[in-house]
Amino acid sequence: MNKVVANADVALEGIRDNMTLMVGGFGLCGIPENSIAALVRKGVKGLTCISNNAGVDDFGLGLLLQTKQIKKMISSYVGENAEFERQMLSGELEVELIPQGTLAERCRAGGAGIPAFYTPAGYGTEVAEGKETREFNGKMYVMEHGFHADFALVKAWKGDTQGNLLFRHTARNFNPLMAMAGKITVVEVEELVEPGELDPNTIHTPGIFVQRIFQGSNYEKRIEQRTTRKRN
Amino acid sequence: MALNKEQMAQRIARELRDGWYVNLGIGIPTLVANYIPEGMNVELQSENGILGMGPFPFEGEEDADLINAGKQTVTLKPGAVIFDSANSFAMIRGKHVQLTVLGAMEVADNGDIANWKIPGKMVKGMGGAMDLVASADNIIVCMMHTNKAGESKLLKKCSLPLTGVGCVKKIVSDLGVFDVTPDGFKLIERAPGVTVEEIRSKTEGRLVVEGEVPEMAV
Repeated sequence: MNKVVANADVALEGIRDNMTLMVGGFGLCGIPENSIAALVRKGVKGLTCISNNAGVDDFGLGLLLQTKQIKKMISSYVGENAEFERQMLSGELEVELIPQGTLAERCRAGGAGIPAFYTPAGYGTEVAEGKETREFNGKMYVMEHGFHADFALVKAWKGDTQGNLLFRHTARNFNPLMAMAGKITVVEVEELVEPGELDPNTIHTPGIFVQRIFQGSNYEKRIEQRTTRKRN
Repeated sequence: MALNKEQMAQRIARELRDGWYVNLGIGIPTLVANYIPEGMNVELQSENGILGMGPFPFEGEEDADLINAGKQTVTLKPGAVIFDSANSFAMIRGKHVQLTVLGAMEVADNGDIANWKIPGKMVKGMGGAMDLVASADNIIVCMMHTNKAGESKLLKKCSLPLTGVGCVKKIVSDLGVFDVTPDGFKLIERAPGVTVEEIRSKTEGRLVVEGEVPEMAV
């Protein structure tokens, strides 16, 4: 079993126009920086991207919006991106907004072999329009479907050559769920280690969910809102 | 005098109870963290995957991998824990979080809330708000009583697209504290110097006033 590839360009082999991709991260935290850069180089178009956010104008998925490679975004919050706004208002970009917890669970469910589930989120709102609803114990729920993606692009902190992954702090977010739901899950790590170097008891994502892994480089890890307090 | 933002946050902090897990929304609700009573053990949940969120880091100690749901750099308290987004919303939908505090554009007197979309304007998305309001047993809305045009935000019926139905339990506005009851907004406390008449004139939805309504201690 050889999951290790040399770099992002090799890792993204097989991604074609009009595919559906999951892209990990919350804001700019825990995004697969190397894979996004490789997608820009690759130039594939018509992509549907399932990602909680859409990056900022000049970083994250914003880079793929600049190059007009994204046809549709499925996200929960897209607030910090002017180019996104322009493309959305002009109708160039299709946008489906769904509740954050529903987005997470749809990824998890897709990866876990659950075709659909019921959630209370969005009942009675436009999110539930056209969807099956059902009462359980006196409360109303909306049926939501599991997500699948041709590729899931994931960023982890450490990973071994078997694809076992550890995430760091809130860079975990959607990454483990998307890792489960990709037909091909591509993981970039800050530190690629040998089997046995990670404690089996602390692994966040078992390697069975991972098809390709590579050592990432040049992480920028941009901070969107730098908030601090003064010492005393 | 209407309450300022800090005073609204202080008032909401009085609703906290020892041992609660609490999710604070973006904006004024975030300020509630500054007024958790001394000695009270309240753990803050951030829906991007933290329980036990601490204050902002000292200058120079910011960590790009450690942010809150508002994308601000934060720290972890001792005993904090990190988890993925599905687990985070399992905590929320599964009612393991005892209190949610969030802002709103409109609340109706039946507890409906609208806080994510203004037709004709750029829509940013609901983030976790729909999951939070659909699930929490205890939701406090923190908002100004009127909008910038001076129109009431406490309505008979929301005019904006809804975030959730029949879910708001309490409102802390700059003018007072209200329980959402089957009969409408029940005035519990007035901001100092704010009269019942002023509140009545600025509340479009059904307002319930029983007896003498006390003034809030600030």
